[in-house]
Amino acid sequence: MFKRWLFALIAVAFATSVFAAKDKNSIQVKGSDTMVNLGQAWAEKYMEKNPTDFVAVTGGGSGTGLSSLISGTCDIAMSSRNIKEKEIALAKQKGINPNEIEVALDGLAVVVNPNNPVSSLAIDQLAAIFTGRITNWKELGGKDEKIVLLSREVNSGTHVYFKEHVLRKNDPNSKEEFAPSALMLSSSQAIADEVAGNSAAVGYYGMGYISKKQKPLSIAKDEKSEYEAPTIENVINGKYPISRPLFLYTNGAPEGLVKKFIDFTLSKEGQDIVLATDFVPINK
Amino acid sequence: MRKLKELIIEKLILICGLASIFFVALIFLFLLKEGLTLFKTVSPFKFLFGKSWYPISEPAQLGILPLILGSLLVTIGAAIISIPIGVGCAIYIAEIAPLKIKETLKAGIELLAAIPSVVLGFIGMVTLVPLVKTVFHLPTGLTALSGSIMLAFMAMPTIVSIAEDALYSVPKTYKEGALALGATHWQTIWRVMLPAASSGILAAVMLGIGRVIGETMAVMMITGNAAVIPNSILAPVRTLTATIAAEMGEAVVGSEHYFALFAIGIVLFVISFAINVTADLFLHKRQQ
Repeated sequence: MFKRWLFALIAVAFATSVFAAKDKNSIQVKGSDTMVNLGQAWAEKYMEKNPTDFVAVTGGGSGTGLSSLISGTCDIAMSSRNIKEKEIALAKQKGINPNEIEVALDGLAVVVNPNNPVSSLAIDQLAAIFTGRITNWKELGGKDEKIVLLSREVNSGTHVYFKEHVLRKNDPNSKEEFAPSALMLSSSQAIADEVAGNSAAVGYYGMGYISKKQKPLSIAKDEKSEYEAPTIENVINGKYPISRPLFLYTNGAPEGLVKKFIDFTLSKEGQDIVLATDFVPINK
Repeated sequence: MRKLKELIIEKLILICGLASIFFVALIFLFLLKEGLTLFKTVSPFKFLFGKSWYPISEPAQLGILPLILGSLLVTIGAAIISIPIGVGCAIYIAEIAPLKIKETLKAGIELLAAIPSVVLGFIGMVTLVPLVKTVFHLPTGLTALSGSIMLAFMAMPTIVSIAEDALYSVPKTYKEGALALGATHWQTIWRVMLPAASSGILAAVMLGIGRVIGETMAVMMITGNAAVIPNSILAPVRTLTATIAAEMGEAVVGSEHYFALFAIGIVLFVISFAINVTADLFLHKRQQ
Protein backbone atom coordinates (compact mmCIF):
# COMPACT_ATOMS: atom_id res chain seq x y z
CA MET A 1 0.00 0.00 0.00
CA PHE A 2 2.67 2.41 1.13
CA LYS A 3 4.78 1.62 -1.90
CA ARG A 4 1.94 2.36 -4.25
CA TRP A 5 1.40 5.74 -2.62
CA LEU A 6 5.08 6.51 -2.88
CA PHE A 7 5.09 5.73 -6.58
CA ALA A 8 2.04 7.90 -7.14
CA LEU A 9 3.72 10.73 -5.24
CA ILE A 10 6.93 10.47 -7.24
CA ALA A 11 4.97 10.34 -10.48
CA VAL A 12 3.01 13.46 -9.54
CA ALA A 13 6.15 15.32 -8.42
CA PHE A 14 7.87 14.40 -11.66
CA ALA A 15 4.92 15.44 -13.78
CA THR A 16 4.57 18.80 -12.03
CA SER A 17 8.26 19.55 -12.31
CA VAL A 18 8.20 18.85 -16.04
CA PHE A 19 5.05 20.95 -16.30
CA ALA A 20 6.59 23.81 -14.32
CA ALA A 21 9.71 23.84 -16.43
CA LYS A 22 7.67 24.31 -19.59
CA ASP A 23 5.23 26.64 -17.89
CA LYS A 24 5.54 30.12 -19.34
CA ASN A 25 2.59 31.32 -17.30
CA SER A 26 4.62 32.13 -14.21
CA ILE A 27 7.17 34.81 -13.39
CA GLN A 28 9.47 35.25 -10.42
CA VAL A 29 9.86 38.73 -8.92
CA LYS A 30 12.54 39.19 -6.28
CA GLY A 31 14.44 41.91 -4.45
CA SER A 32 14.02 45.05 -2.37
CA ASP A 33 12.41 44.64 1.04
CA THR A 34 11.13 48.19 0.71
CA MET A 35 9.14 47.17 -2.36
CA VAL A 36 7.99 43.72 -1.33
CA ASN A 37 4.57 44.86 -0.09
CA LEU A 38 4.08 46.88 -3.26
CA GLY A 39 5.16 43.94 -5.42
CA GLN A 40 2.78 41.62 -3.65
CA ALA A 41 -0.12 44.06 -4.00
CA TRP A 42 0.61 44.33 -7.72
CA ALA A 43 0.84 40.57 -8.10
CA GLU A 44 -2.45 39.93 -6.30
CA LYS A 45 -4.38 42.45 -8.38
CA TYR A 46 -2.70 41.26 -11.56
CA MET A 47 -3.53 37.63 -10.90
CA GLU A 48 -7.11 38.59 -10.12
CA LYS A 49 -7.36 40.09 -13.59
CA ASN A 50 -5.36 37.33 -15.31
CA PRO A 51 -6.27 34.13 -13.47
CA THR A 52 -4.15 31.95 -15.77
CA ASP A 53 -0.90 33.78 -15.01
CA PHE A 54 1.13 33.33 -11.87
CA VAL A 55 3.42 35.94 -10.29
CA ALA A 56 5.58 35.02 -7.26
CA VAL A 57 7.05 37.88 -5.23
CA THR A 58 9.83 37.51 -2.64
CA GLY A 59 12.00 39.99 -0.73
CA GLY A 60 15.60 39.66 0.46
CA GLY A 61 17.03 43.07 -0.40
CA SER A 62 17.85 44.94 -3.61
CA GLY A 63 21.27 43.32 -3.90
CA THR A 64 19.74 39.87 -3.49
CA GLY A 65 17.21 40.60 -6.26
CA LEU A 66 19.83 41.91 -8.67
CA SER A 67 22.18 39.01 -8.03
CA SER A 68 19.36 36.54 -8.75
CA LEU A 69 18.54 38.39 -11.97
CA ILE A 70 22.21 38.07 -12.91
CA SER A 71 22.29 34.38 -12.08
CA GLY A 72 19.03 33.85 -13.95
CA THR A 73 16.87 32.70 -11.01
CA CYS A 74 14.28 35.47 -11.31
CA ASP A 75 12.57 37.28 -14.17
CA ILE A 76 12.17 40.69 -12.58
CA ALA A 77 14.38 42.23 -9.87
CA MET A 78 12.91 44.91 -7.63
CA SER A 79 15.49 47.45 -6.55
CA SER A 80 15.44 50.59 -4.46
CA ARG A 81 18.81 51.68 -5.87
CA ASN A 82 20.42 51.90 -9.31
CA ILE A 83 22.31 48.86 -10.47
CA LYS A 84 26.07 49.19 -9.83
CA GLU A 85 28.71 49.26 -12.58
CA LYS A 86 30.20 46.07 -11.15
CA GLU A 87 26.85 44.30 -11.31
CA ILE A 88 26.31 45.36 -14.93
CA ALA A 89 29.77 44.04 -15.86
CA LEU A 90 29.05 40.75 -14.14
CA ALA A 91 25.65 40.46 -15.82
CA LYS A 92 27.18 41.08 -19.26
CA GLN A 93 29.66 38.26 -18.56
CA LYS A 94 26.74 35.91 -17.98
CA GLY A 95 24.86 37.09 -21.03
CA ILE A 96 22.27 39.05 -19.08
CA ASN A 97 21.40 42.57 -20.17
CA PRO A 98 19.84 44.49 -17.24
CA ASN A 99 17.08 46.85 -18.32
CA GLU A 100 15.91 49.51 -15.89
CA ILE A 101 12.29 50.61 -15.51
CA GLU A 102 11.30 53.29 -13.01
CA VAL A 103 7.97 52.37 -11.44
CA ALA A 104 7.47 54.55 -8.35
CA LEU A 105 9.03 57.04 -5.95
CA ASP A 106 9.69 56.61 -2.27
CA GLY A 107 10.31 59.21 0.40
CA LEU A 108 12.89 58.09 2.93
CA ALA A 109 11.67 58.98 6.42
CA VAL A 110 14.01 59.59 9.34
CA VAL A 111 12.16 58.54 12.46
CA VAL A 112 12.59 59.02 16.21
CA ASN A 113 10.56 58.04 19.24
CA PRO A 114 7.46 60.24 19.76
CA ASN A 115 8.87 61.25 23.19
CA ASN A 116 11.93 62.80 21.56
CA PRO A 117 11.58 66.62 21.54
CA VAL A 118 13.66 66.95 18.34
CA SER A 119 11.33 67.24 15.35
CA SER A 120 13.34 68.69 12.48
CA LEU A 121 16.91 68.36 11.20
CA ALA A 122 18.97 69.50 8.25
CA ILE A 123 20.78 67.00 6.01
CA ASP A 124 24.15 68.16 7.41
CA GLN A 125 23.01 67.35 10.92
CA LEU A 126 21.73 63.93 9.79
CA ALA A 127 25.10 63.19 8.21
CA ALA A 128 26.87 64.24 11.42
CA ILE A 129 24.59 61.99 13.48
CA PHE A 130 24.93 58.88 11.32
CA THR A 131 28.69 59.20 10.86
CA GLY A 132 29.11 59.53 14.63
CA ARG A 133 30.27 63.16 14.91
CA ILE A 134 27.20 64.10 16.97
CA THR A 135 26.59 61.51 19.67
CA ASN A 136 24.20 63.16 22.12
CA TRP A 137 20.65 64.48 21.57
CA LYS A 138 21.63 67.44 23.79
CA GLU A 139 23.67 68.88 20.90
CA LEU A 140 20.50 69.00 18.78
CA GLY A 141 18.27 70.57 21.40
CA GLY A 142 17.00 67.29 22.81
CA LYS A 143 17.41 65.51 26.13
CA ASP A 144 20.82 64.56 27.52
CA GLU A 145 20.79 61.06 26.03
CA LYS A 146 23.27 59.13 23.92
CA ILE A 147 22.00 58.72 20.36
CA VAL A 148 21.31 55.12 19.34
CA LEU A 149 21.87 54.78 15.58
CA LEU A 150 19.79 52.24 13.71
CA SER A 151 20.67 51.24 10.18
CA ARG A 152 19.70 48.52 7.72
CA GLU A 153 22.12 45.74 6.79
CA VAL A 154 24.43 46.25 3.79
CA ASN A 155 22.21 44.15 1.49
CA SER A 156 19.57 46.87 1.72
CA GLY A 157 19.09 49.37 -1.11
CA THR A 158 17.86 51.81 1.55
CA HIS A 159 21.23 51.51 3.36
CA VAL A 160 23.14 52.25 0.16
CA TYR A 161 20.86 55.12 -0.84
CA PHE A 162 21.07 56.75 2.61
CA LYS A 163 24.85 56.47 2.62
CA GLU A 164 25.29 57.96 -0.83
CA HIS A 165 22.71 60.73 -0.61
CA VAL A 166 22.74 61.74 3.06
CA LEU A 167 26.11 60.74 4.52
CA ARG A 168 28.08 61.50 1.35
CA LYS A 169 25.71 64.17 0.00
CA ASN A 170 25.95 62.82 -3.57
CA ASP A 171 29.71 63.38 -3.66
CA PRO A 172 31.27 60.32 -5.34
CA ASN A 173 34.69 61.11 -3.82
CA SER A 174 33.39 61.30 -0.28
CA LYS A 175 34.68 58.64 2.11
CA GLU A 176 32.00 59.05 4.77
CA GLU A 177 30.75 55.83 6.37
CA PHE A 178 28.13 54.89 8.90
CA ALA A 179 29.61 55.10 12.41
CA PRO A 180 30.79 51.60 13.40
CA SER A 181 28.59 51.87 16.48
CA ALA A 182 25.43 51.93 14.32
CA LEU A 183 23.24 48.91 14.99
CA MET A 184 22.55 46.92 11.82
CA LEU A 185 19.02 45.59 11.84
CA SER A 186 17.78 43.10 9.31
CA SER A 187 14.45 44.68 8.35
CA SER A 188 12.58 47.97 8.24
CA GLN A 189 10.08 46.51 10.66
CA ALA A 190 12.86 45.77 13.19
CA ILE A 191 13.91 49.43 13.00
CA ALA A 192 10.30 50.57 13.43
CA ASP A 193 9.93 48.36 16.54
CA GLU A 194 13.18 49.52 18.12
CA VAL A 195 12.36 53.21 17.52
CA ALA A 196 8.90 52.68 19.01
CA GLY A 197 10.41 51.37 22.23
CA ASN A 198 13.60 53.40 22.57
CA SER A 199 13.50 57.14 23.29
CA ALA A 200 17.12 57.67 22.18
CA ALA A 201 16.94 55.82 18.86
CA VAL A 202 16.98 57.27 15.37
CA GLY A 203 16.48 55.21 12.21
CA TYR A 204 15.46 55.53 8.58
CA TYR A 205 13.17 53.64 6.21
CA GLY A 206 10.63 54.05 3.42
CA MET A 207 7.60 56.22 4.23
CA GLY A 208 5.30 53.23 4.12
CA TYR A 209 6.56 52.00 7.48
CA ILE A 210 5.67 55.15 9.45
CA SER A 211 3.04 54.52 12.12
CA LYS A 212 1.80 56.35 15.20
CA LYS A 213 4.52 54.73 17.31
CA GLN A 214 7.27 56.63 15.50
CA LYS A 215 7.73 60.32 14.79
CA PRO A 216 9.01 61.20 11.30
CA LEU A 217 11.35 64.21 11.33
CA SER A 218 10.95 67.17 9.01
CA ILE A 219 14.06 67.47 6.89
CA ALA A 220 15.70 70.48 5.24
CA LYS A 221 18.24 70.44 2.43
CA ASP A 222 20.42 72.92 4.36
CA GLU A 223 19.86 75.13 7.34
CA LYS A 224 18.44 78.01 5.24
CA SER A 225 15.79 75.89 3.51
CA GLU A 226 12.34 75.06 4.78
CA TYR A 227 11.91 71.92 6.90
CA GLU A 228 9.56 69.59 5.07
CA ALA A 229 7.65 66.59 6.41
CA PRO A 230 7.82 63.26 4.53
CA THR A 231 4.37 63.29 2.91
CA ILE A 232 3.29 62.06 -0.50
CA GLU A 233 2.62 65.66 -1.62
CA ASN A 234 6.07 66.86 -0.64
CA VAL A 235 7.71 63.97 -2.49
CA ILE A 236 5.70 64.61 -5.69
CA ASN A 237 6.46 68.34 -5.74
CA GLY A 238 10.10 67.65 -4.89
CA LYS A 239 10.18 69.65 -1.65
CA TYR A 240 11.13 66.70 0.56
CA PRO A 241 14.88 66.29 0.10
CA ILE A 242 15.40 62.54 0.57
CA SER A 243 13.28 60.74 -1.96
CA ARG A 244 14.38 58.15 -4.45
CA PRO A 245 13.09 56.27 -7.48
CA LEU A 246 12.16 52.59 -7.22
CA PHE A 247 13.03 50.30 -10.11
CA LEU A 248 12.19 47.02 -11.73
CA TYR A 249 15.01 45.37 -13.66
CA THR A 250 14.47 42.86 -16.44
CA ASN A 251 16.79 40.91 -18.71
CA GLY A 252 16.70 42.89 -21.96
CA ALA A 253 13.56 44.73 -23.05
CA PRO A 254 10.55 43.12 -21.38
CA GLU A 255 8.52 40.77 -23.52
CA GLY A 256 5.67 38.31 -23.14
CA LEU A 257 4.37 37.85 -19.64
CA VAL A 258 7.05 40.07 -18.10
CA LYS A 259 6.00 42.93 -20.36
CA LYS A 260 2.34 42.33 -19.55
CA PHE A 261 3.09 42.55 -15.83
CA ILE A 262 5.27 45.66 -16.12
CA ASP A 263 2.70 47.40 -18.30
CA PHE A 264 0.19 46.66 -15.57
CA THR A 265 2.41 48.23 -12.87
CA LEU A 266 2.72 51.40 -14.96
CA SER A 267 -0.99 51.57 -15.80
CA LYS A 268 -3.40 53.84 -13.92
CA GLU A 269 -4.53 50.85 -11.89
CA GLY A 270 -0.97 49.85 -11.03
CA GLN A 271 -0.06 53.37 -9.99
CA ASP A 272 -3.18 53.53 -7.78
CA ILE A 273 -1.78 50.51 -5.95
CA VAL A 274 1.50 52.42 -5.55
CA LEU A 275 -0.41 55.18 -3.78
CA ALA A 276 -2.42 52.70 -1.70
CA THR A 277 0.79 51.09 -0.37
CA ASP A 278 2.14 54.52 0.75
CA PHE A 279 4.55 55.05 -2.10
CA VAL A 280 4.47 57.87 -4.60
CA PRO A 281 3.26 57.34 -8.18
CA ILE A 282 5.50 58.55 -11.00
CA ASN A 283 4.19 61.26 -13.27
CA LYS A 284 3.68 59.94 -16.75
CA MET B 1 23.69 -16.23 -3.09
CA ARG B 2 23.57 -15.30 0.58
CA LYS B 3 27.25 -14.53 0.50
CA LEU B 4 26.78 -12.22 -2.44
CA LYS B 5 23.98 -10.42 -0.64
CA GLU B 6 26.17 -9.99 2.43
CA LEU B 7 28.97 -8.65 0.28
CA ILE B 8 26.77 -6.12 -1.49
CA ILE B 9 25.30 -4.86 1.78
CA GLU B 10 28.73 -4.64 3.33
CA LYS B 11 30.05 -2.56 0.43
CA LEU B 12 26.99 -0.33 0.47
CA ILE B 13 27.53 0.43 4.14
CA LEU B 14 31.18 1.10 3.47
CA ILE B 15 30.21 3.64 0.82
CA CYS B 16 27.81 5.32 3.27
CA GLY B 17 30.60 5.52 5.79
CA LEU B 18 33.08 6.98 3.33
CA ALA B 19 30.50 9.40 1.94
CA SER B 20 30.45 11.53 5.06
CA ILE B 21 34.22 11.93 5.04
CA PHE B 22 34.10 12.62 1.33
CA PHE B 23 31.53 15.38 1.79
CA VAL B 24 33.45 16.99 4.64
CA ALA B 25 36.56 17.00 2.49
CA LEU B 26 34.68 18.54 -0.42
CA ILE B 27 33.16 21.26 1.76
CA PHE B 28 36.53 22.06 3.27
CA LEU B 29 38.20 22.22 -0.15
CA PHE B 30 35.51 24.51 -1.51
CA LEU B 31 35.80 26.76 1.54
CA LEU B 32 39.57 26.92 1.14
CA LYS B 33 39.40 27.56 -2.59
CA GLU B 34 36.94 30.44 -2.27
CA GLY B 35 38.35 31.88 0.94
CA LEU B 36 42.05 31.83 0.07
CA THR B 37 41.36 33.74 -3.17
CA LEU B 38 40.85 36.80 -0.97
CA PHE B 39 44.47 36.79 0.13
CA LYS B 40 45.62 37.54 -3.43
CA THR B 41 44.37 41.08 -2.91
CA VAL B 42 44.21 41.54 0.87
CA SER B 43 47.01 40.55 3.23
CA PRO B 44 45.99 37.97 5.86
CA PHE B 45 47.36 40.23 8.59
CA LYS B 46 45.18 43.15 7.47
CA PHE B 47 42.19 40.83 7.22
CA LEU B 48 42.57 39.32 10.70
CA PHE B 49 43.64 42.47 12.54
CA GLY B 50 42.01 45.25 10.52
CA LYS B 51 39.72 47.33 12.68
CA SER B 52 37.05 48.37 10.19
CA TRP B 53 34.51 46.28 8.33
CA TYR B 54 33.01 48.24 5.43
CA PRO B 55 32.57 45.52 2.81
CA ILE B 56 30.58 47.46 0.20
CA SER B 57 32.60 50.67 0.14
CA GLU B 58 35.08 51.58 -2.59
CA PRO B 59 37.72 50.44 -1.79
CA ALA B 60 36.28 47.89 0.62
CA GLN B 61 37.72 47.72 4.12
CA LEU B 62 37.80 44.10 5.19
CA GLY B 63 39.13 43.94 8.74
CA ILE B 64 37.48 41.29 10.90
CA LEU B 65 39.05 42.03 14.28
CA PRO B 66 35.78 43.57 15.61
CA LEU B 67 33.89 40.49 14.41
CA ILE B 68 36.34 38.02 16.00
CA LEU B 69 36.26 39.94 19.28
CA GLY B 70 32.47 40.13 19.06
CA SER B 71 32.18 36.36 18.63
CA LEU B 72 34.66 35.72 21.47
CA LEU B 73 32.95 38.13 23.85
CA VAL B 74 29.52 36.60 23.29
CA THR B 75 30.97 33.09 23.62
CA ILE B 76 32.91 33.81 26.81
CA GLY B 77 29.84 35.46 28.32
CA ALA B 78 27.71 32.45 27.43
CA ALA B 79 30.35 30.09 28.86
CA ILE B 80 30.50 31.98 32.17
CA ILE B 81 26.74 31.70 32.51
CA SER B 82 26.17 28.20 31.20
CA ILE B 83 29.12 26.24 32.68
CA PRO B 84 28.31 26.64 36.41
CA ILE B 85 24.58 26.15 35.84
CA GLY B 86 25.09 23.27 33.42
CA VAL B 87 27.62 21.37 35.53
CA GLY B 88 25.58 22.03 38.69
CA CYS B 89 22.51 20.68 36.97
CA ALA B 90 24.42 17.59 35.82
CA ILE B 91 25.66 16.91 39.38
CA TYR B 92 22.16 17.26 40.74
CA ILE B 93 20.67 14.93 38.14
CA ALA B 94 23.42 12.31 38.38
CA GLU B 95 24.04 12.27 42.13
CA ILE B 96 21.33 13.90 44.18
CA ALA B 97 17.92 14.07 42.53
CA PRO B 98 15.29 11.47 43.39
CA LEU B 99 14.17 9.38 40.43
CA LYS B 100 10.99 11.32 39.69
CA ILE B 101 12.64 14.74 39.66
CA LYS B 102 15.51 13.32 37.65
CA GLU B 103 13.16 12.13 34.90
CA THR B 104 11.31 15.46 34.81
CA LEU B 105 14.56 17.44 34.66
CA LYS B 106 15.96 15.30 31.88
CA ALA B 107 12.80 15.70 29.83
CA GLY B 108 12.90 19.45 30.42
CA ILE B 109 16.50 19.71 29.24
CA GLU B 110 15.73 17.69 26.13
CA LEU B 111 12.89 20.07 25.45
CA LEU B 112 15.24 23.03 25.84
CA ALA B 113 17.53 21.48 23.24
CA ALA B 114 14.60 21.08 20.87
CA ILE B 115 13.67 24.79 20.76
CA PRO B 116 14.76 26.19 17.38
CA SER B 117 17.31 28.98 17.74
CA VAL B 118 15.21 31.46 15.79
CA VAL B 119 12.45 31.03 18.37
CA LEU B 120 14.92 31.64 21.21
CA GLY B 121 16.14 34.72 19.35
CA PHE B 122 12.63 36.02 18.93
CA ILE B 123 11.76 35.46 22.59
CA GLY B 124 15.02 37.16 23.56
CA MET B 125 14.22 40.12 21.35
CA VAL B 126 10.85 40.85 22.93
CA THR B 127 11.58 39.90 26.56
CA LEU B 128 15.30 39.93 27.35
CA VAL B 129 16.40 42.93 25.29
CA PRO B 130 14.05 45.46 26.96
CA LEU B 131 14.92 43.94 30.36
CA VAL B 132 18.68 44.34 29.83
CA LYS B 133 18.07 47.90 28.68
CA THR B 134 16.16 48.94 31.82
CA VAL B 135 18.22 46.96 34.35
CA PHE B 136 21.56 48.41 33.23
CA HIS B 137 20.21 51.85 32.11
CA LEU B 138 21.62 51.39 28.63
CA PRO B 139 20.79 53.32 25.47
CA THR B 140 19.85 49.99 23.85
CA GLY B 141 19.31 46.42 25.03
CA LEU B 142 20.76 44.91 21.83
CA THR B 143 24.07 43.97 23.49
CA ALA B 144 26.62 41.18 23.78
CA LEU B 145 25.16 40.34 27.20
CA SER B 146 21.70 39.64 25.74
CA GLY B 147 23.34 37.36 23.18
CA SER B 148 25.37 35.59 25.88
CA ILE B 149 22.32 34.89 28.02
CA MET B 150 20.30 33.50 25.12
CA LEU B 151 23.23 31.39 23.89
CA ALA B 152 23.76 30.04 27.40
CA PHE B 153 20.33 28.44 27.07
CA MET B 154 21.53 26.76 23.90
CA ALA B 155 24.78 25.47 25.35
CA MET B 156 23.20 24.15 28.54
CA PRO B 157 21.49 21.01 27.16
CA THR B 158 24.77 19.86 25.56
CA ILE B 159 26.77 20.53 28.72
CA VAL B 160 24.25 18.88 31.04
CA SER B 161 23.73 15.69 29.06
CA ILE B 162 27.42 15.00 28.37
CA ALA B 163 28.60 15.99 31.88
CA GLU B 164 25.90 13.78 33.33
CA ASP B 165 27.11 10.85 31.21
CA ALA B 166 30.63 11.50 32.46
CA LEU B 167 29.50 11.41 36.09
CA TYR B 168 27.59 8.17 35.49
CA SER B 169 30.58 6.44 34.02
CA VAL B 170 32.70 7.00 37.15
CA PRO B 171 33.02 3.48 38.66
CA LYS B 172 30.58 2.92 41.52
CA THR B 173 33.41 1.62 43.71
CA TYR B 174 34.95 5.13 43.90
CA LYS B 175 31.80 6.52 45.43
CA GLU B 176 31.28 3.57 47.75
CA GLY B 177 34.89 3.74 48.86
CA ALA B 178 34.65 7.44 49.67
CA LEU B 179 31.41 7.02 51.60
CA ALA B 180 32.82 4.03 53.48
CA LEU B 181 35.78 6.11 54.59
CA GLY B 182 33.35 8.50 56.25
CA ALA B 183 33.20 11.27 53.66
CA THR B 184 29.95 13.23 53.48
CA HIS B 185 27.83 13.22 50.33
CA TRP B 186 29.16 16.64 49.30
CA GLN B 187 32.79 15.70 50.04
CA THR B 188 32.35 12.62 47.85
CA ILE B 189 30.97 14.66 44.96
CA TRP B 190 33.54 17.46 45.24
CA ARG B 191 36.70 15.46 46.03
CA VAL B 192 36.02 12.14 44.29
CA MET B 193 33.30 12.24 41.65
CA LEU B 194 34.17 15.57 39.99
CA PRO B 195 37.93 14.90 39.68
CA ALA B 196 37.23 11.41 38.35
CA ALA B 197 34.81 12.76 35.73
CA SER B 198 36.81 15.91 35.01
CA SER B 199 37.93 15.05 31.49
CA GLY B 200 34.37 14.18 30.45
CA ILE B 201 33.06 17.38 31.99
CA LEU B 202 35.71 19.40 30.18
CA ALA B 203 34.66 17.74 26.93
CA ALA B 204 31.03 18.66 27.70
CA VAL B 205 32.06 22.27 28.23
CA MET B 206 34.05 22.38 25.00
CA LEU B 207 31.18 20.92 22.96
CA GLY B 208 28.80 23.42 24.55
CA ILE B 209 31.12 26.26 23.56
CA GLY B 210 31.40 24.82 20.07
CA ARG B 211 27.64 25.03 19.76
CA VAL B 212 27.67 28.65 20.92
CA ILE B 213 30.35 29.96 18.58
CA GLY B 214 28.61 28.53 15.52
CA GLU B 215 25.18 29.82 16.44
CA THR B 216 23.82 32.43 14.05
CA MET B 217 20.16 33.26 14.06
CA ALA B 218 19.65 34.16 17.71
CA VAL B 219 22.80 36.31 17.92
CA MET B 220 21.89 38.11 14.73
CA MET B 221 18.54 39.05 16.20
CA ILE B 222 19.67 40.29 19.61
CA THR B 223 23.27 41.54 19.56
CA GLY B 224 22.72 44.67 17.47
CA ASN B 225 25.29 43.72 14.79
CA ALA B 226 27.40 46.88 15.10
CA ALA B 227 30.88 46.13 13.75
CA VAL B 228 32.71 48.03 16.49
CA ILE B 229 35.44 46.71 18.80
CA PRO B 230 33.47 46.05 21.98
CA ASN B 231 34.67 47.83 25.13
CA SER B 232 32.27 46.07 27.48
CA ILE B 233 29.79 43.21 27.50
CA LEU B 234 27.04 45.83 27.63
CA ALA B 235 27.90 47.12 24.15
CA PRO B 236 26.47 45.91 20.83
CA VAL B 237 28.65 43.48 18.87
CA ARG B 238 28.65 41.84 15.45
CA THR B 239 29.67 38.18 15.32
CA LEU B 240 31.42 36.22 12.55
CA THR B 241 28.38 34.03 11.93
CA ALA B 242 25.88 36.90 11.78
CA THR B 243 28.10 38.70 9.28
CA ILE B 244 28.10 35.78 6.88
CA ALA B 245 24.37 35.24 7.23
CA ALA B 246 23.45 38.90 6.81
CA GLU B 247 25.71 39.65 3.87
CA MET B 248 25.89 36.49 1.76
CA GLY B 249 22.70 37.39 -0.10
CA GLU B 250 24.13 40.72 -1.21
CA ALA B 251 27.70 39.78 -2.08
CA VAL B 252 28.21 39.65 -5.83
CA VAL B 253 29.58 36.19 -6.67
CA GLY B 254 33.29 36.53 -7.43
CA SER B 255 33.74 39.89 -5.69
CA GLU B 256 36.22 40.66 -2.93
CA HIS B 257 33.32 40.83 -0.46
CA TYR B 258 32.18 37.33 -1.45
CA PHE B 259 35.66 35.86 -0.95
CA ALA B 260 35.97 37.70 2.37
CA LEU B 261 32.82 36.00 3.63
CA PHE B 262 34.31 32.62 2.71
CA ALA B 263 37.51 33.60 4.48
CA ILE B 264 35.42 34.34 7.58
CA GLY B 265 34.02 30.85 7.08
CA ILE B 266 37.57 29.46 7.24
CA VAL B 267 38.26 31.38 10.46
CA LEU B 268 35.09 29.96 11.99
CA PHE B 269 35.92 26.48 10.76
CA VAL B 270 39.39 26.67 12.33
CA ILE B 271 37.98 27.88 15.66
CA SER B 272 35.29 25.21 15.92
CA PHE B 273 37.65 22.51 14.66
CA ALA B 274 40.12 23.44 17.41
CA ILE B 275 37.37 23.31 20.00
CA ASN B 276 36.11 19.92 18.80
CA VAL B 277 39.61 18.44 18.72
CA THR B 278 40.22 19.64 22.29
CA ALA B 279 36.94 18.09 23.37
CA ASP B 280 37.89 14.87 21.61
CA LEU B 281 41.27 14.77 23.35
CA PHE B 282 39.60 15.08 26.74
CA LEU B 283 37.05 12.36 25.89
CA HIS B 284 39.81 10.10 24.66
CA LYS B 285 41.83 10.63 27.81
CA ARG B 286 38.85 9.53 29.86
CA GLN B 287 38.50 6.27 28.00
CA GLN B 288 42.09 5.23 28.66
